[in-house]
Amino acid sequence: MMKDVPTVNVDRPPSSLLERIYLGPIFSGLGVTLRHFLRNLFGKKDIATIEYPEVKRQYSERLRGRHILTTRDNGKLRCVACYMCETACPAHCIHIVAEENPGEEVAHEKVPRIYEIDLLRCVYCGYCVDACPEEAIIMSRTHEMAFSDRDEAVIGIEELRQKGPIEEADIGYRPYF
Amino acid sequence: MQNPLPSKLQSLLLSSEVCPDGHVEMKVERSHLLEVLKGLRDDPACSCNLLADICGVDYPDREQRFEAVYHLGNLDSGQRYRVRVGLAEDDAVLPSAYSLWPAADWFEREAWDMMGIQFEGHPNMKRILTHEAFQGHPLRKDYDASQRCLMTEDDLMVPDWAKEDQASADDFETQILNIGPSHPATHGTLRTVVRLDGEVIDRAECEIGYLHRCFEKMSETHGWNQVIPYTDRLNYCSSMINGVGFALTVEKMLGIEAPPRAQAIRVILSEFSRLMDHAVCLGANLVDLGALTNFWYFFQPREEIYGLLESCAGGRLTVSYARVGGLSHDVPPDFEERCRRLLKEIPPFLDDVDKLVTTNRIFRDRTEGVGKMTAEEAIAWGWTGPCLRASGVPYDVRKAAPYMGYENYDFDVPIATTGDTYARYLVRMEEMRQSLRIIEQALDQMPEGPIITGDHHVALPPKARVYSEMESLIWHFKLVFDGIHVPKGSAYGFTEGANGELGYYVVSDGGGQPYRVKVRPPCFAIFQAFPHLIEGHMVPDLIAIMGSLNIIAGELDR
Ligand code: SF4
Ligand code: SF4
Repeated sequence: MMKDVPTVNVDRPPSSLLERIYLGPIFSGLGVTLRHFLRNLFGKKDIATIEYPEVKRQYSERLRGRHILTTRDNGKLRCVACYMCETACPAHCIHIVAEENPGEEVAHEKVPRIYEIDLLRCVYCGYCVDACPEEAIIMSRTHEMAFSDRDEAVIGIEELRQKGPIEEADIGYRPYF
Repeated sequence: MQNPLPSKLQSLLLSSEVCPDGHVEMKVERSHLLEVLKGLRDDPACSCNLLADICGVDYPDREQRFEAVYHLGNLDSGQRYRVRVGLAEDDAVLPSAYSLWPAADWFEREAWDMMGIQFEGHPNMKRILTHEAFQGHPLRKDYDASQRCLMTEDDLMVPDWAKEDQASADDFETQILNIGPSHPATHGTLRTVVRLDGEVIDRAECEIGYLHRCFEKMSETHGWNQVIPYTDRLNYCSSMINGVGFALTVEKMLGIEAPPRAQAIRVILSEFSRLMDHAVCLGANLVDLGALTNFWYFFQPREEIYGLLESCAGGRLTVSYARVGGLSHDVPPDFEERCRRLLKEIPPFLDDVDKLVTTNRIFRDRTEGVGKMTAEEAIAWGWTGPCLRASGVPYDVRKAAPYMGYENYDFDVPIATTGDTYARYLVRMEEMRQSLRIIEQALDQMPEGPIITGDHHVALPPKARVYSEMESLIWHFKLVFDGIHVPKGSAYGFTEGANGELGYYVVSDGGGQPYRVKVRPPCFAIFQAFPHLIEGHMVPDLIAIMGSLNIIAGELDR
């Protein structure tokens, strides 16, 4: 079977005289670097390096960054504390404590009293978003996060809650694109 | 399928059967193990030249608590064999297969370390992934994963020969040197202890496991799909390939296949990942040899590919894109255009690197004849992938046991014959070009359709239906809370990772979580030959050889 596999032999012949005296390959190599240098100096630049943080990379609208807990029109969280995201999370970094909905809305009996994500444990896989049946948790494109201690990385409802209209948030990974 | 085992061997077995995937599985008593293994290796009907892996499994309820599973293969016919041997808890000792295949060296050490199975006659029966002073065997079912084990500086691993050497009078002649674990040229936390005679290495031993993070143990407490983000961290230079490999293995056990569109997307992104992996390997290898510019030329397309992956999956490095049964989302609308642009942009960079180094005498002098491996040795050590092909063996899982429709793509397997560092460079360069060929064909043939199976025992129903229909919501709920129920049994799934054969041996007890997951990381087998490969070479050669093997600590240590 292995004999029928189409192969291409990449062995190279011993160096030619021109190659042995270094000069040929060295000049053609210099040609390559000179071409890149001149093009980057005068022509179309093809440099992948960006001057971060002054310049920031443009990510797609699927980027999996820090989470957002979305809200309904009345400003209440969409979350019904069903624990599906907590169950689906491979990093076990979501912690929810449910309570009876204190408001008058009967359509949603439960709401989270505590909803915490440990951003240092989170692996940003988006499984919580996939698991949520209410579109209550989506991800933003915020990925630059720094904390001065571990407790600070555990964020609760107030930090996670959607701020302002969702169109204005920098939203990333979510159920539809 | 007919049982291909010769009758002479069959008489030594307790039982044998041919699995649905064509692999031949047999059970054997410990007393006949070596004889059977030797028979499988030497009998012309089998000629298993590859010992792919050894895996220990713990079944606390069985009379014979442990089971060791040997994965063997014949590289010419592609036929696979599995030998199982049961062991009682108070007598978990097996004869070592080191004399048959040197590849058994680290595999057996791992089985000892993780499962507590001893191997008699092994030349260096020590722990490998955990620290020497570690207590217990973590993959046993009764090992509590949350316990901690404190290690101190005094427990540093020093091989016996190095200790003796330092104590003896010849100490003046030779010198013990530590290379790594944190050294820029090791590109990962790998430690090599060498004894130098002048500048020549005359003995070496590796210590690995610095990046061990219990991937296999964690898999046992997570749902089948939840393992996929963990696989991203195996070979993190080509994370897509790992997730796909795992998903394929679980799909095999479930008896399902991902839809054709998902397969095509998996192929395209896997090939791009392979290309990136080779680019990182060669780029870093060349930097170590003083050819820095190439690193930039390689990393430019790599950056673009990361952008492409991120636009599909939402993550650059750890993509978590594959799911059992397909993919998490369809690709964005501009996917094909972006891929085609990359197909045009990448070759000039490869040509540039080619011009800079391939014929350059300095590079050739540094790499030719350095770290030479013959074909026979390479197979005996369990090598696969580009490193094996550089020794002249055209073994590629994509050809030998095609999956995801690789049989429909027209591509060649690059081989070289010299088996040295230069050959490994040449093979990887050509493989990148072949990957581009595959991608082009996959784009041309890309079918429309769903990207994940419609079986709601396996895949979450579409979100729109979950929001509106009770039935879908129930499926969704069941799948999230109970997970996928994979039928009881085991399977070995293997794919061509960037470094070689990436195998997953998965055992299911019918529950929503794997009972046991064993990864066969390609570079584990490759790296175990490293101490032998560098003997007789100088220190700078060690750096060149290590770079050309592409050892990724994430998959090596798991
Ligand atoms: S992104 Fe993944 S790891 Fe993070 S909270 Fe969601 S499910 Fe958990
Ligand atoms: S965020 Fe969604 S999945 Fe998580 S508890 Fe709330 S409603 Fe359930």
